[in-house]
Amino acid sequence: MDVLLDIFGSANFWAAAIRIATPLIFGVLGALICERAGVLNLGIEGIFVAGAMAGWLAVYLGAGLWGGVLVALATGATFGLLHAVLAVILGLSQHVSGIGITLLATSLSYFTYRTALPTVTSPPRIVPFQPVSIPGLSDLPFFGPALFQQTPLTFLALAFVALVAFVLYRTPLGLAIRAVGDNPASVEAQGLSVRGLRIGAVVAGSALMALGGAFLTMSAFDAFFFGMVNGRGWICIALVVFASWQPGKALLGALLFGAFDAFQIRLQAEIGQVVPGQVFLMLPYLLSIVALVLVARRADYPRALLQPWFKGQRH
Amino acid sequence: MTSTDTVLSLEGITKRFGKLTANDHLDLSLRRGEILALLGENGAGKTTLMNILFGHYVQDEGVVRVNGEMLPPGSPGAALKAGIGMVHQHFALAENLSGLDNIRLGTEGLFALGGKAAARKKVEQIIAESGLEVDLDRKVASLTVGEKQRVEILKALYRNVRVLILDEPTAVLTPQEAEGLFTVLRRLAANGLGVIFISHKLGEVLSVSTRILVLRGGRKAGELVTADADRRAIADLMVGKAVAEVKRTAATPAETLLEFSDVHLRRGSTRESLRNVGFALRAGEIVGLAGVSGNGQGGIAALISGLAVPDQGAVLLYGEPITRADPRALVAAGVARMPEDRQHDGVVGTMSVADNIAIEEVRSGAFSRMGLLDRKAMQARATSAIAAYDIRCPGPDAEARLLSGGNVQKLILARVLEREPRVILANQPTRGLDVGAQSEVHRRIIAARDRGAAVLVISEDLDELFALADRFLVVHAGEVSDAGPSDRLDRGAVGLLMAGQAA
Ligand SMILES: Nc1ncnc2c1ncn2[C@@H]1O[C@H](COP(=O)(O)OP(=O)(O)OP(=O)(O)O)[C@@H](O)[C@H]1O
Ligand SMILES: [Mg+2]
Repeated sequence: MDVLLDIFGSANFWAAAIRIATPLIFGVLGALICERAGVLNLGIEGIFVAGAMAGWLAVYLGAGLWGGVLVALATGATFGLLHAVLAVILGLSQHVSGIGITLLATSLSYFTYRTALPTVTSPPRIVPFQPVSIPGLSDLPFFGPALFQQTPLTFLALAFVALVAFVLYRTPLGLAIRAVGDNPASVEAQGLSVRGLRIGAVVAGSALMALGGAFLTMSAFDAFFFGMVNGRGWICIALVVFASWQPGKALLGALLFGAFDAFQIRLQAEIGQVVPGQVFLMLPYLLSIVALVLVARRADYPRALLQPWFKGQRH
Repeated sequence: MTSTDTVLSLEGITKRFGKLTANDHLDLSLRRGEILALLGENGAGKTTLMNILFGHYVQDEGVVRVNGEMLPPGSPGAALKAGIGMVHQHFALAENLSGLDNIRLGTEGLFALGGKAAARKKVEQIIAESGLEVDLDRKVASLTVGEKQRVEILKALYRNVRVLILDEPTAVLTPQEAEGLFTVLRRLAANGLGVIFISHKLGEVLSVSTRILVLRGGRKAGELVTADADRRAIADLMVGKAVAEVKRTAATPAETLLEFSDVHLRRGSTRESLRNVGFALRAGEIVGLAGVSGNGQGGIAALISGLAVPDQGAVLLYGEPITRADPRALVAAGVARMPEDRQHDGVVGTMSVADNIAIEEVRSGAFSRMGLLDRKAMQARATSAIAAYDIRCPGPDAEARLLSGGNVQKLILARVLEREPRVILANQPTRGLDVGAQSEVHRRIIAARDRGAAVLVISEDLDELFALADRFLVVHAGEVSDAGPSDRLDRGAVGLLMAGQAA
C-alpha cells in the first residue's frame, strides 16, 4: 500500500503520465477527426514514424524546432492526402489503404533517414524542446511540477483537445463532419460536398497524427530510432473507441494510458526483483484492454464508418 | 402558359440503370404558383426524376432549366442555390444530430458562429405556421418515422425556395398533419412558389394539386387538369388497366390465437408507454388498430414482434405467456411481422432480394442442407415470389436497397405470407404503395384471414382500416379501447375515440 501511496503522491509521477500521454493525445485526436467523418485511418502508425523522422530531420538540418513541427505537419498531411485519394475518391477498402500507408510511410522514413545520414553509427542528437514554466502556475506546490512544467508541444496537444472539441461541437463545419460520418446522404442533400469534407478531415487528422510522432523525437527524446513509435498509433485507434469519438474522453483515455505506463515504470523499480519485467511492460496494454471492455461495449460507432460514398447510388 | 411564368423545365430526361430505363425522355414544366402532382406506380421513376432534378443523380440525356438557366448536372449545391428544395422519400437525415442541427446543416458558413439561436427562432416560426410539431433538440435516431418526416419537411421549408419537391411527404403523416402541410403548400403556392408533389393517396392529390402528371414505366402516361379528374381516371391511367375493388366477406372468427392481458409497458427510446391493455386476436379475423401515431402503436408492435416483454401483465400466444423477448422464437411459432419502417427494420439493403426473402427461414431447413445455405432453393423461392407478388426488380440477385419503396414492401409481404403464418402483424402495410399494389396487399391480407390467420392491422389511414378490419380497436395515450365490429361504426365515431373522447 505504501508503495502505491508513494507513487501516486509524487508530482513526478503525474508529470511523467502527462508526458507519456502527449503523443497519444495528438494521435487519438487525429484518428477521431478522420473517423468522425467516416474514414478509418490505419495509416496512423506509419504517419507517426514519418512525423517523428521528418520533424527531427528538419531540425537536424537547421530548420529550427518550430520549423520541424511544420515539416511534420506537412508530412502527415501528405500521407493523409494519399489515404484520402485511395479511400475516399477511389472508395477502396479503408483497411487495406491504411495498412498500406503504414508500411509505406515506415519504410520510406527509414529509407530517407539512411540516405540522408549514410555514415552515422550512433543516432545524432538535436536540442529538443525544453520544459517551459508558466509564471504563477508552475510555482504552485505539487500541482506546479505535476502539471505545469511541460514542453510546449504538450501544451499544444492540450490546446488541440479544446480546439477540436470546439470545432466539432460549436461550428457548422463540425456539424457537417459529424453528419458525414453518420449519413453522407444528409450532407449531400444540404448541398455540401461529401468528398470535400472527408478529404479535409483525413488530411487534417493525419497532420495531427504526425505531430504525435514529432513529439517523440523533438520533445521526449532528442534523436530518431528505428522502432521508436512502437505501437503508439495502434493504441490511439483503440483509444478512439474507448473515447466514444469524443475529444474530452479522448484526452481522458490518453492520460489514463500515460498513467498506467508511468505507474508500470515506477512499480518495476519498487518490486521489480519479485516479478519479471515483461509483466510490467504488459500492464498498460492489459489495463487498456480492460478499460476498453468496460467502456466501449456500448460504443456508438459513426454509422457511416468504413462505408465509401459514391454519388448517384442508393445506399 | 407564358414562358416567364415557367420556373422549372425538364427536357428529354433519360436515366438508365444497366438494362433498366428508369426515365425515358421525360419532359416536365412547372409554373409559378402551381402544385403539380406526380403520380405513377411503384418503380415508375418518380423519385429518379426528382433525384436528377435535385442533382443526386446525373442524367444520361436531357437538361434541367430553372428560370431558363441550365442547371449543372449532379450538383445538389447548385440546385439549392437556384432555389430548389427537396423533401426526400428516403430521409436524408443524420441520426446522430438533433432535428434542429439537421435543418441548419449546410445553411451557414462553415466557420460562422452563433447561428443556432436564430435558426431555432426561424424553425419555431415555421412550426407554428405549419403545425408540423417536432422536438428540435432530440436526436433524430430517437424520433418516430412521423417525426423524422416532419424534420425532413421543415428542412426544405427552412430554406427560401422557389421550387419545392415533396417526394411522398404524407406517407407517414397523420391526416391532420397532412392537412397542416397542405395549408402551408397552398399559401406558398399563392405566393408564387412552384410545387411538385408525389403521393399515392389519390384523395390528397385531388384536393391539393392543380395539375396531374402520370408516369408509367419511366414514360409519361398522361396529363390531367385536377379539376377535370377523378379517382378512377387517375388510377386507370397509372396502372394502365382498371383497378379491381377488393371485396371483404364477413369474418368467421374462431379460437383466440394471441391475447394481451392487462399489459403495462414502460416508455422506450422510440415507443410510448402502454397501460392496462387487453384485447384478443382470433383466428379468421382482421382487427384494425386505429389511432394517431405515437399513442402506443410502437409498444404494441414491439410486443407482438418479440422485441419487448410486458413490464406487467402478459401477452399470450396460443394461450402461453411470452416470457422472453425472442423474435426468432416468435417467427418460428408462426408470427409474421411487417415492420413500420421497412427500409430500416424490414430488409438488409446490401443483401439480395433472394437473401432477404429467405432470411427469416434459414434455420427452418427450407433453405439449408446439412447446415449450409441451399442457394438453389433460395433462388427458386425468390423467382416465384417476384412473379407472384409482382416485385419490380432486375432479378433475385439485385440488392434490396435498389428497389423502390413499394417494391420493398412487396418483398416483405412475400417473405412473411409465403410461410402461412397464424398471427400477422401488419404495421402500416400499404404505406407508400401505389393503388394497384394497395389493393393487391389488401387482397392478400384478406386471403390470409380466410385461411385462418389472426391479423392485426395498424394504420392511420381510416379508409384502409374500413376496407380491411372486421373489428376496431382504438389506441389513445397508451390505452386501448374496443370499438366493436366495423360494420356498426362510422368514421366520425372512430375519429372521436382517436382523439380520446368517448364515442
Ligand atoms: N441508384 C439506382 N441503381 C439502380 N436502380 C435504381 C436506382 N435508383 C432507382 N433504381 C430503379 O429505378 C426504378 C425507378 O425507381 P424510383 O425510385 O424512381 O421509383 P418511384 O416511382 O419513386 O417508386 P415508389 O413509388 O415506389 O417510390 C426502380 O425500378 C428502381 O429499382
Ligand atoms: Mg419514390
